[in-house]
Amino acid sequence: MKVPMSARRVKDIMASKIMLVLTLAAVALIFFMVAGLYFKSRPILASQPLSELFFSSRWRPFRGEFGFLSFIMGTVWVTGVAVLIAVPLCLLTSIYLSEYANSKVREWVKPLIDILAGIPSVVFGVWGMLVVVPFIKDVVAPFAGVFSTGYSILAGGIVLAIMIFPVIIHVSLEIFRAVPQEVREASLAVGATRWQTIKHVVMRKALPGVAAAVVLGISRAFGETMAVLMVVGNVAKIPHSVLDPAYPLPALIANNYGEMMSIPLYDSALMLAALILLLVVLLFNALSKMILIRVQRSIR
Amino acid sequence: MERRNIEEKIFKGLMLLSTMVILSSLVLILLTVLVKGLPYLSLAMVTQVPQGGYYLGKGGGILNAIVGSLYLAGGATFLAILLSLPVALYLNVYSKSDSKFVSACRFTFDVLCGVPSIVYGAFGFTIMIFFGMRASLLGGIIAIALLIMPMMIRSMDEVIRLVPRELMDASYALGANRWETALKVVVRQSLPGILTSILIAFGRGIGDAAAVIFTAGFTDAIPTSLLRPVATLPLAIFFQLGVPIPEVQGRAYASALILTIMILIISLAARLLSKKLTRHVVK
Amino acid sequence: MDYQTHISVQNLNVHYGNQQVLKNITLNIPDRKITAIIGPSGCGKTTLLKSFNRLIDSVEGVKISGRVLVDDENILDPKTEVTHIRKKMGLLLQKPYPLPMSIYDNVAYGPRIHGIKNKKRLDEIVERFLKKASLWDEVKERINQPASMLSVGQQQRLCLARGLAVEPEIILGDEPTSALDPQSSQRIEQTFVELKQDYTIVIVTHILRQARRMADYVVFLYLGELIEHGPAWDIFNHPKQALTREYIKGLIS
Repeated sequence: MKVPMSARRVKDIMASKIMLVLTLAAVALIFFMVAGLYFKSRPILASQPLSELFFSSRWRPFRGEFGFLSFIMGTVWVTGVAVLIAVPLCLLTSIYLSEYANSKVREWVKPLIDILAGIPSVVFGVWGMLVVVPFIKDVVAPFAGVFSTGYSILAGGIVLAIMIFPVIIHVSLEIFRAVPQEVREASLAVGATRWQTIKHVVMRKALPGVAAAVVLGISRAFGETMAVLMVVGNVAKIPHSVLDPAYPLPALIANNYGEMMSIPLYDSALMLAALILLLVVLLFNALSKMILIRVQRSIR
Repeated sequence: MERRNIEEKIFKGLMLLSTMVILSSLVLILLTVLVKGLPYLSLAMVTQVPQGGYYLGKGGGILNAIVGSLYLAGGATFLAILLSLPVALYLNVYSKSDSKFVSACRFTFDVLCGVPSIVYGAFGFTIMIFFGMRASLLGGIIAIALLIMPMMIRSMDEVIRLVPRELMDASYALGANRWETALKVVVRQSLPGILTSILIAFGRGIGDAAAVIFTAGFTDAIPTSLLRPVATLPLAIFFQLGVPIPEVQGRAYASALILTIMILIISLAARLLSKKLTRHVVK
Repeated sequence: MDYQTHISVQNLNVHYGNQQVLKNITLNIPDRKITAIIGPSGCGKTTLLKSFNRLIDSVEGVKISGRVLVDDENILDPKTEVTHIRKKMGLLLQKPYPLPMSIYDNVAYGPRIHGIKNKKRLDEIVERFLKKASLWDEVKERINQPASMLSVGQQQRLCLARGLAVEPEIILGDEPTSALDPQSSQRIEQTFVELKQDYTIVIVTHILRQARRMADYVVFLYLGELIEHGPAWDIFNHPKQALTREYIKGLIS
């Protein structure tokens, strides 16, 4: 005998269908974003060759010249400085928290790192303007024998480094904790010191995961907008030193939203900048995530 | 002393130093904002909207931005919950656990989590153009909802995933179907975690600036409709900083202090909540 | 039978937080014999073993009192330098944990740590101890491949070779065959029996038959207390305590 569909059953099936649709829609967001931004950047892509867009540093929207090179280089410089500062500090801290600190210290430090992660980007920017920029202007630049307003790649890099601390520490700490205790014991048991064990065994086992943490940090730094924009100077020139100002891609987008509708192709150029950011970040995030999935499978 | 012991000491020292540097950067940021912002903080700041000439140093406050941020983040959080909770439940209750589909979804959301907010802003902007909308509260809500949705899904997913399989089986064994189990057992069991996820997303929504630059506009009034532009705290800080008048810049610091305090309260609440609300949770 | 003592445990108490896992243990472990520590799971066998090479130091909230004398040195003394104690003792864990490097480097790891850099000497050491662990013939062709490519049984023998390469006097085994197939277990057992000419061997096992096959001396722990210890034959054939009798008959586990 066929059991008649009860109201309960109908509800269950309906819920299942709706939830599936929502899930698919959420997943599809990634495609909508790429497609939407691509659609908006088609005019600029059609107007000039890619080589002109990416390898020219002539940026004169009024004359229809849109060369992104200065902005791309600005982003690369600021991200590079931030990663150079953040990676050693974060690795040493993660190793300390994972291998030396007891759980009480860990439980104290972790929420503090979470707070750091929660501080809004604008507040980092304010701090950068109040502390980092004057420090570079009055201390670092005179020391290096050059003049700088303080608004520079170095300022952006320092602020950005602090902003990516939590990401890198979070991921690498998790990786270090996932290294089985027995592997450490195996090394300690032959008479190795703790540091020798970390250097030769723990680090080696954790290396791909640490790489993933760094890649994730890079991708986070790449797209950070407000804080960097506030301290980096925003001068559209290819930088030559860390004390030069720069103009990263996200800052370009954020700074020009006002006038973009009044100049032909300008809005399209900015959407292309957003598309570049999106694609680079997607690539880096996917790379990092794939490494992490692999690591989690193989580490035990 | 042996060479290797000296090496151990040196590196341990470096590690302690790094940890100190990282923690003191947090302290330094909070202290700077407090010291610089406190002298300019006043009751007017949080109870009045900007009056004529506010940006030239005249009277008023940033109530417009505080309320605007709350409206915007509140609306976005609400919208994001409507999407995220069903998705997180679907991944854990309706799908076969750890199937290819589920892993692919998780992977996608993880990747989306890292997309910069300026990109969400730009994308929100293209949506608005498409529908012929202008910069408004609704536009900002959509952009921020998109921004916080992936992280909300993933953090809800993580807490719901922790619900013991046996608990769900017990509910099935009583004849409950998946919908009833999801609603009455799974959500209840993971409620503290879900609320924490919501609060964290809310905090992220309040603090974000890059996604609302294009989409929300800015105004000195408190919005009366979803289609009006809205001010946000981060942008209020940004604009005030751009004015070369010490009084206005000082208010920018005070605004930054207000924003920081709001964020700290939210994260503290999230922490307490996850500890307190565990009455019905089976351990 | 007369035994010379190698490890002397005196009034050893170990707490993890508020929980006492070892209660006032006093016993002597004989030199160049195989000692088996038996008892139901959770009785403190592994803790006792790990207090010999102070690996319990890294357990959080651990409190230790009492003395463990090895060659008349109290290794529990906080002033004692742990790495040289650990060098004296090879350790085999339940599952083999090869270090993330080649077969060669696994064996050479310990000697390198202790300052041997000469390639020729290292080659010699690697070959000698791989032979001692009866693994040499199986791996000599692929000594530079990652250790993770070996079978589990081979990995366990590699771990043995790695432990032996720092020339310890004592080998500690924490249920060293529990993850292995019967054949590999047998090979490890055989190797142990050969090695007791030169080494003091202490193994933790929950397999009674294994203890019967290998052990010269047996220590029976129950809920953190030392119930009985003595020559294997005596324990298995004439246990003095009722608890021991029941455990050996398989009534408690």
